[in-house]
Amino acid sequence: MMPVILWSDALVFLLLAAVAAATWQVRRRPHLLLPWQRVRQNRLAMVAASWLALFLLVGGLDTLHFRPALPGNGPTVYAPEVVSVLDTALGPLKRQTEKTYSAPFATQLYAKESLTDANGQVRRDFPRLRYGGAHLGAQVADADGDIARRGALGALAGWLALGLLAAWQRWRGQKLSWVFWLNGGVMAALLGATASLAPYYHVLGTDKVGQDVLYLALKSIRTGLIIGTVTTLVTLPLGLGLGIAAGYFRGWVDDVIQYIYTVLSSIPSVLLIAAAVLMMQTLLETHPDWFDTAAARADVRLVFLCLILGVTSWTGLCRLLRGETLKLREMEYIQAAQAFGVSSWRILSRHIVPNVMHIVLISLVMDFSALVLAEAVLSYVGVGVDPSMTSFGTLINAARLEMGREPMVWWTLAAAFSFMLVLVLAANLFADAVRDAFDPRLNRTT
Amino acid sequence: MFAYLLRRILYAIPILIGVNVLTFALFFVVNTPDDMARMQLGMKRVTPEAIVKWKQQHGYDKPLFFNPQSDGSAHLTDTIFWQKSVGMFVLDFGFADDGRDIRREIETRMWPSLAIAVPTFVVGLLLYVSFALLMTLLRGSWLDTLGVGLCVLLMSVSGLFYIIGGQFLISKLWHWVPISGYDDGLAGLKFLWLPIAVGIVGGIGSSSRWYRTIFLEEIGKDYVRTARAKGLSEGAVLFRHVLKNAMIPILTGVVVVIPLLFMGSLLTESFFGIPGLGSYTIDAIQAQDFGIVRAMVFLGSALYILGLILTDVSYTLVDPRVRLA
Repeated sequence: MMPVILWSDALVFLLLAAVAAATWQVRRRPHLLLPWQRVRQNRLAMVAASWLALFLLVGGLDTLHFRPALPGNGPTVYAPEVVSVLDTALGPLKRQTEKTYSAPFATQLYAKESLTDANGQVRRDFPRLRYGGAHLGAQVADADGDIARRGALGALAGWLALGLLAAWQRWRGQKLSWVFWLNGGVMAALLGATASLAPYYHVLGTDKVGQDVLYLALKSIRTGLIIGTVTTLVTLPLGLGLGIAAGYFRGWVDDVIQYIYTVLSSIPSVLLIAAAVLMMQTLLETHPDWFDTAAARADVRLVFLCLILGVTSWTGLCRLLRGETLKLREMEYIQAAQAFGVSSWRILSRHIVPNVMHIVLISLVMDFSALVLAEAVLSYVGVGVDPSMTSFGTLINAARLEMGREPMVWWTLAAAFSFMLVLVLAANLFADAVRDAFDPRLNRTT
Repeated sequence: MFAYLLRRILYAIPILIGVNVLTFALFFVVNTPDDMARMQLGMKRVTPEAIVKWKQQHGYDKPLFFNPQSDGSAHLTDTIFWQKSVGMFVLDFGFADDGRDIRREIETRMWPSLAIAVPTFVVGLLLYVSFALLMTLLRGSWLDTLGVGLCVLLMSVSGLFYIIGGQFLISKLWHWVPISGYDDGLAGLKFLWLPIAVGIVGGIGSSSRWYRTIFLEEIGKDYVRTARAKGLSEGAVLFRHVLKNAMIPILTGVVVVIPLLFMGSLLTESFFGIPGLGSYTIDAIQAQDFGIVRAMVFLGSALYILGLILTDVSYTLVDPRVRLA
């Protein structure tokens, strides 16, 4: 196989490296570690973090891309399709496609078809699924019992794993609260049951072209996470650099920067994003020769979308930092540094930036959930990710028209919305905990 | 006050010019008019004549910023930038790709938008403030915790879910109101309930929580302690003192959106089939009609700046200490 690094992958790796470097810095300094210890003590935040970690794991596996080698003798030939480690891990889910819609745990297709039975008689009935419940053979009626049995076994296996984890934590001397048991129990049961059922049934049904909805929902996670995180690579340098420059230098620098962000923030953001994306679309469509694979093209579009979202959303952070820097530059320690003749660059990097980092961090974690939600809306409007790329927005968009069918096709929408809800809710709860831990305005006795 | 307003309005002009230059750069510099013509006419088999004709029809056959072939002031005026952006300042938005006058479309379509946006805004604001006051009154109790938890849950749900869920539950399952559509006058009332309700529910989470934070910040101040020491009841303290003093931070976020109500909501209008400005914009985006998108960008930013000015004026109304000079 040949590893492939798409643009978005490279940016994710860059981001991971930055986070790793920051973690290393924080771990060496007790005063920086203190707020994170407050976050750790917040039980709700740890529950949220555990779910976020699960999503990050899925998204991370989906970021390691490669092109598999095609079987055969002679020189190695690589498949034109770019797949990820997640695709390989979920192999059966990806391959087991039905003809069209089928409900969760169904053994039959959603629509009736003309079937020819052994005697040559033609009748209208629901055909059996190719993969959903295929191991049952003719005993379709046993499906419910089989599902319950496999689900229970999976949940038990999950709890066993949880027990092992708990034993290891105890051995390390950690105390485990009831929150750990409750949250871990739910998570382990859910994961275990899904893992044991997914190879045999379509746990969340199938979509119009018969793809497994669970697989699509898992693939969407990476898109949502990338939109939420890679965008910060744009907002952070712009907001931080321009914000503290405006606040520290004042005068004409401040005027120019204020003018730029007033212009940008006065355009309604959806319209600005729409205008920028339309132009990006035209640009990509007039230069089809830039990309060798469809995946690369969709990926560049995703990176562009992050770029555009970043350019339209740094103004809030910039305004906050400008205000804070205006306040900081009048403090005695900054004036002392100025009196000693320390250069502006050194004052900014050694004295101002570390003292505004809490604002940056709070604002970045708060923006994350808003960006994940915005992706769905933008994809619906038609200015989101590439239609060929799986995302919560494209899933909802495709499933929206199926509401009118009788009986209703509800599972794609339900899956997309519940995955999004869990991700955004976890992100919101975690962001709240981070804000509470880092906000110096809150009085603390500890 | 009038000198202040005049200065603010004059200050708006360079910002609007900036908006114009930015959208112009986005639309015409990133892609040449030739690229756009090819997009509009279909990528394949476009003759150069067809491109020239399309550019002529849409007025894109001139130089971008500077026309060396003209004389005098026409050097600058006989260009795409001048022709396409100066008209906007006198609200002349030109014509859409289907040949209709954009300004006339805006004038007819703003009424349906307002019919949805104004009730959503007014009822929503009252509801959010009351809910936030209720939570503040019960602060510290388990009901308050429950309310905040509910808010976080509600704000974590995608806005699309409220629309789709509302349409499914109320229109499809219970048949209370039609799924979508619009009609003028009282007959149209049955179409309005659902989008308004969905709009209100969609904002409860984030707004109520935000107002609660504002109220809690006010309630820790000295004048509240004084009011309590006077023997005022908790309700009187909240309604007569805290609510009034919390007006400034609330107005900061609220007044600025009032002019933008004209623009309507992209999502709500397109889902419910309301022929307002929101659905006009979304149709233009999907049909890649650059003229309409540019007009809406300009209108949106002009209204936003108007909102900022109104915010400053509203401060003088609620806080007699604020003087604009």
